[in-house]
Amino acid sequence: MDFISILSIFVLACFVGYYVVWSVTPALHTPLMAVTNAISSVIVVGALVAAAAGGSGISRILGLVAVALASVNIFGGFAVTERMLAMYKKKDK
Amino acid sequence: MTVAHALPPAWVMLAYLIAGVCFILALRGLSSPATSRKGNRYGIAGMGMALATTMLIEAPVPPGAFFPAPTPDDLRTLAEILVAVGIGGAVGLVIARRIQMTDMPQLVAAFHSLVGLAAVLVGWAAYLNPAAFGILGADGAIEPQSRIEMGLGIAIGAITFSGSVIAFLKLAGKMSGAPILLPARHVINLGTLAAILLLVAFFTQNEALWVIATITALSFAIGFLLIIPIGGADMPVVVSMLNSYSGWAAAAMGFTLHNTAMIITGALVGSSGAILSYIMCKAMNRSFISVIAGGFGVEAGAGGGAAREQRPWKRGSAEDAAFILEQAENVIIIPGYGMAVAQAQHVLREMGDLLKKAGVNVKYAIHPVAGRMPGHMNVLLAEANVPYDEVFELEDINGEFAQADVAFIIGANDVVNPAAKTDKASPIYGMPVFDVDRAKSVMFIKRSMGGVGYAGVDNDVFYMDQTMMLLADAKKMVEDINKALAH
Repeated sequence: MDFISILSIFVLACFVGYYVVWSVTPALHTPLMAVTNAISSVIVVGALVAAAAGGSGISRILGLVAVALASVNIFGGFAVTERMLAMYKKKDK
Repeated sequence: MTVAHALPPAWVMLAYLIAGVCFILALRGLSSPATSRKGNRYGIAGMGMALATTMLIEAPVPPGAFFPAPTPDDLRTLAEILVAVGIGGAVGLVIARRIQMTDMPQLVAAFHSLVGLAAVLVGWAAYLNPAAFGILGADGAIEPQSRIEMGLGIAIGAITFSGSVIAFLKLAGKMSGAPILLPARHVINLGTLAAILLLVAFFTQNEALWVIATITALSFAIGFLLIIPIGGADMPVVVSMLNSYSGWAAAAMGFTLHNTAMIITGALVGSSGAILSYIMCKAMNRSFISVIAGGFGVEAGAGGGAAREQRPWKRGSAEDAAFILEQAENVIIIPGYGMAVAQAQHVLREMGDLLKKAGVNVKYAIHPVAGRMPGHMNVLLAEANVPYDEVFELEDINGEFAQADVAFIIGANDVVNPAAKTDKASPIYGMPVFDVDRAKSVMFIKRSMGGVGYAGVDNDVFYMDQTMMLLADAKKMVEDINKALAH
């Protein structure tokens, strides 16, 4: 992909993010932070590329460490979000 | 794998795009508690998709073969990756299960630091092995454009990491929450930031190791320097800001890797953190710049103690409070960070239940900056089984104080200070506050009369005719009120 295509996706995604996040209810701002934290660990994709690549040994080790760090976030982030969201209950009538 | 610019197959790009869309739906679900869990599942699905796709294309496969017989080397690599995921995943799940809800802000800060560090490591891995990332130019050097993306990604990641570590230490009480002010800190910070940007520009001309190493080191330093002067109660802004940075770091890496899932996610998370920072600043009527500049409350706090005049105030007991609460028709409870510190949310909900049983209409009012992160109080009340439709935001409930018989303030202070409306000289002037002075009576749980809120200013609410000060630990006081209510 050329730079302009990527930039287009990025700019449009910023606008999507802007409108979607404003629609999040303030009561769920803490789960919002937990889940954004989990999804930003999609950086694991880059870590996997490094960990799976042949060649530079140090690069592979850095990749593996990054995979482990991102995994803490992915599993921990989604699990803690799920745990929080399960606590929000409506009044039982 | 070593061919630069090779586009991944169409299905791969499509899969990353779908993962990105899943992440958008995950945030969209949070517009209401009813749809939020479905949203989280979308997030998990998107992440699963991104992971599986990457594993399929990056697992060391000889070119041309679709299902080749793996070599021992391939198997070892795969095993290493699975072990790394296994260790990280297990640690993450255990933490997620054990963490106390009151400790959520420091957990989020800790998680941000991991994203930041991972971004730094990925950036360095790409620098050391550019061929694997497809960013090697025809001349055998890393492409200049990729160097900018990589340099910025590493810088933002490093700032996120060291900043989040400091935020974590302050939030967890392992480091004083008081601002630490270095002389000439603005000059140092701006100089360091300028140096980082210049070095990133220089990096396009010279890809020497020392350049990228200096960028990394300076970025770690600036993250640290930026957060140490910021005080404890400004942490909601800091945590939101670091949230935003972790997104921009992911986006920068997405540019390097030409990966749509990372770019979409980075943009979403970056905007999310930025919007939350904005909401927090607005709720304190302070500019983002002044929060980041730090040192809030230091000057006012130092002088405030001596200058305060002695004014009469009324002290009440748990029994007095219980008596008035029982007679009330409408009670509005305003929780603040003090409630979280005292872990009083469960006894508070019991009090709410007892009052409801006595026919009292109970509502909870939450200020946007209550607690140490956005939405912190809402999670604590949800944890204590308070239904979310009894919990209201500032602008939705502020008109109701005139009809309220009791405004019950527990662990909050600055957010009910009328000086924000009337006293132009006050450091919190212009901050939106609860109009508790309109309620028929006010109950204010506080440890002692000596302490002041974060802003270091006195609060006229203490001295109003209708105010009853309940001086004790928040949890102990509410327990005593419950005993008196249950009698």
